[in-house]
Amino acid sequence: MSNAPLIVTGVAGLAATIAGGALPRRVRVWGATLLTWVSCAAAIVGAVDVLRHGDSLILRSSQFIPFTGVNLALKPLGSVFVIATAVVAVASTLYWTGYAKHGFSTRSASAAMALFVTSMLLVPAAASVSTFLILWELMALSSLLLVLTDQARREEARSAAQWYAVMTHVGAAAILLALVILSTHAGSQSFDAIALHSRQLPSGVRATVFLLAVAGFGSKAGAVPFHVWLPKAHAEAPGPASALMSGAMVNLGIYGILLVGDQLLGGGPVWWWLVVMALGVVSALFGALYAATSTDLKRLLAYSTSDNMGLILIALGASGLFAANGNHAASSVALVAGLLMMLNHSVFKSTLFLAAGSVQMATGSRNLDRLGGLMRRMPVTGAIFLVGALSVSALPPFNGFIGEWLLFQGLLHGLPTTSTAIVIAVLVGVGALALTSGLTVVAFVKATGVGFLGRARSDEAILASEVPRVMQLGAGLLAMLCVLLGLLPMLVLGALDRAARSVTGTSIQSPVRGWSALHLHGLHGVIAPLLLAAGLVVVTALAGASRRRAHRSASPYPDLRSTDPWASGRQLQTPRMQYTATSYAEPVQRVFDDVIRPARDVDVSHAAESRYYIERISYYSTSDDLIERKLYRPFIAIVRWWGERARSLQNGSVHRYLAYGLFALVVILAVIA
Amino acid sequence: MSVFAAIVVGLVQIVVVLVGGPLLLGVMRKVRSVLEGRRGASIVQPLRDLRKLVTKQRLRPNEASWVFAFGPVILVSTAVVVAGLAPLVTTRPPFSVSSDFFALVFVLLLGSVFLALSALDTGTPFGGMGSSRAMTVGALAEPALLVAILAMAIPAHTSNLATLVRAGLAHPELIASPARILALGSFLIVILAESGRLPVDNPSTHLELTMIHEAMVLEYAGPDLALTTLGESMRLVLLLGMLVNLVAPWGIANQAGPLWFALGCAVLVAKVTVAGTAIAVFEVFTAKLRLFRLPELLAGGFVLALLGAVTAVVTR
Repeated sequence: MSNAPLIVTGVAGLAATIAGGALPRRVRVWGATLLTWVSCAAAIVGAVDVLRHGDSLILRSSQFIPFTGVNLALKPLGSVFVIATAVVAVASTLYWTGYAKHGFSTRSASAAMALFVTSMLLVPAAASVSTFLILWELMALSSLLLVLTDQARREEARSAAQWYAVMTHVGAAAILLALVILSTHAGSQSFDAIALHSRQLPSGVRATVFLLAVAGFGSKAGAVPFHVWLPKAHAEAPGPASALMSGAMVNLGIYGILLVGDQLLGGGPVWWWLVVMALGVVSALFGALYAATSTDLKRLLAYSTSDNMGLILIALGASGLFAANGNHAASSVALVAGLLMMLNHSVFKSTLFLAAGSVQMATGSRNLDRLGGLMRRMPVTGAIFLVGALSVSALPPFNGFIGEWLLFQGLLHGLPTTSTAIVIAVLVGVGALALTSGLTVVAFVKATGVGFLGRARSDEAILASEVPRVMQLGAGLLAMLCVLLGLLPMLVLGALDRAARSVTGTSIQSPVRGWSALHLHGLHGVIAPLLLAAGLVVVTALAGASRRRAHRSASPYPDLRSTDPWASGRQLQTPRMQYTATSYAEPVQRVFDDVIRPARDVDVSHAAESRYYIERISYYSTSDDLIERKLYRPFIAIVRWWGERARSLQNGSVHRYLAYGLFALVVILAVIA
Repeated sequence: MSVFAAIVVGLVQIVVVLVGGPLLLGVMRKVRSVLEGRRGASIVQPLRDLRKLVTKQRLRPNEASWVFAFGPVILVSTAVVVAGLAPLVTTRPPFSVSSDFFALVFVLLLGSVFLALSALDTGTPFGGMGSSRAMTVGALAEPALLVAILAMAIPAHTSNLATLVRAGLAHPELIASPARILALGSFLIVILAESGRLPVDNPSTHLELTMIHEAMVLEYAGPDLALTTLGESMRLVLLLGMLVNLVAPWGIANQAGPLWFALGCAVLVAKVTVAGTAIAVFEVFTAKLRLFRLPELLAGGFVLALLGAVTAVVTR
């Protein structure tokens, strides 16, 4: 097969980066965007070709990268991730052309944006350790630059970038270690050679490699407890960049776990997959809970990313678990469910992040407690956000639902088993799936209801107006894709199934088939999303029409009148009396008090005359990340303490430094001798 | 079954649920009044109320958006779709490809979500309060519900509700199995929570600080109020209909044919009436739980379902 698509992807991507850095301001963003589209289009062409024919696109050259050269091979599994990235990238860059007018069109930001997309398109094609790590680092660094875009104005952006930089490099170090162990044992750094030799490795080494990879890639995917950077960085990055980070970059963490676990190590014992499932359960519940209690719109979306990645990890873990136990039908259903959830997540989460970016641009605020009433002021953005919210809540007929249904079926059909571990894993998995989906519904009803519905809570929200057309179009395309994938998941399921079978290596028949209805082959599961949707639309139209007709035939008055809402008999009802995001989540927060442990402080100041008169009550409550508070802060405090101690060694005295040098020399000589 | 017959069956099921919903409310109110020593209104009173409401004017809070107008419509349309697809009157419902238990539950959830969004759209404190409480209860009921479905689906190897009901007819011992009993107990708790009955929510209260569902629909008037009342009562019939067909499937039409089908309708009405009466009797002797005691009830439901699932696996 011709490797032209890979070459075009890389060359057009580089050209886009250069265009972003070199073109004059007027044409910079459009130039970079158009070249990025060429790159994305080539990547999609190549990926579809690979998925259709099943063989790989290979590009090997000793040029470009000193000593090692470039080694790219796009395989069916990687193609799925390439397509997800390309779709998100096309919509996000289109959106960017409208967003850029508001201070996001600097040379560095434009170049970083193009480089970020290109590196993400090429990471799933990397076929050797050095190529993979170089592309991985390019991706991390370019996204770090994007997080820093707003740093001149926002202190938080700087701190977020610090967290991100440290976490992503600790993760990269773990990945580097895992891949280096593998390649030293294989004597070659090409992935094919590693996959051939990895079977003969001692099981302890294999387990170490797997755990390092899960930690390193898990941190990129936002798996708890390696997620602390994610709600900060994804929230601080500008709209289109955060859509790319949450919609495309986190996927590559999932890809990495599949790459190392399945393709390089060729699967493993049951306990590996139990670890993955446990990580997934913790991430899903923790993410969903924090999403339900967040008041910052983009933080809420970021926590929900942790939650969705957790569900995908549950699917991957279940798939590996069933495969290790010999149940290949359930295993491939679970893996297809995982890939479908990944694709769906890319689409709906980038929809939501783009809509949130529009809100931030229109109001200057991400705080839900200062928004409200935007559905009337920004009807298109509001509708787009609503579609995304219904999708992420896994409600039919939107796309999130099919993925969760498949995962449920996969877990259910994994059950007839004698292994206790699997029984417990499945029960915990279903429980986590259920509680997560309940909490996600709370989070997104809150985000939509408090952010877009009701009355405006601040002057910024009152003055908000719709964003430019091109931004609506970018986000709207993704929203339409949410609906399309919800109605016709069969469009992508065949390709996902081929990718999944290339991973598991089983030759059983495709587990999902059917056009209007989705049958699980060999298992008793069937669903017809199109029928559900058609029924809902028809009945909704009928009910709406009959509501109007019933009134008209009976009464001479107009059928609808606007009025003040009921205010318990008082006259005054201000927007401040509405439920806020904080109060909306209060019942959930109270139920899960032991998990969230919010810091609360009530300060009552009494009047000077008497204790019985209260002058002022101030209430302070925050629910910052529990893991950050309990795990990372103490660690940082220890590091800082050592840093302080070490500083006393340096007091500026030249004599002392000379003494250090002499001492070091003596020690070295003593050691050598 | 031909497409025509399938559509007729679906329409009959929808009509049964549409008319049956308000009637069931009437029956339950009548039972409560009699037990409390009152005479109570006729059981068709809810239908008369609906007829009166549809002729009135709709009111909309000044700053509400289209979501507010859509809420009641979606609530009813999700209930109608589920009524057309669920195995209520016959074990072979039309388009049985869609009678997956998991899918039906999520379609009903779509209706609840829209109602919760409309409540926030009113821009009043009560709307937000009701919405927040209803969603919290819903979020906590969902684990119990899905694990209960899993517990019932494990022995039958499917989560298709029609197949589950047929399996109950063919193997009555499945129904008496401990797994099924535990799962149905959990399902019952979920039904009480989802349809806003005591001890979770008091359907006859209008005291602002205690209500959940009524707080959400406070701003609806005329046809909108009729739709929300209708939608809620249909949901109760649907959930009870699924429950009774899982507890006692006998009498449900298992063959094609108008006679079997008519019998199925009659039996469904009888079974749902019995279940509704039982709930009404239970409500007379029960007080509403404090809002923050509800998680304990729902966690109890979750534990029941989990035990059911474990038993289902162990007793295979």
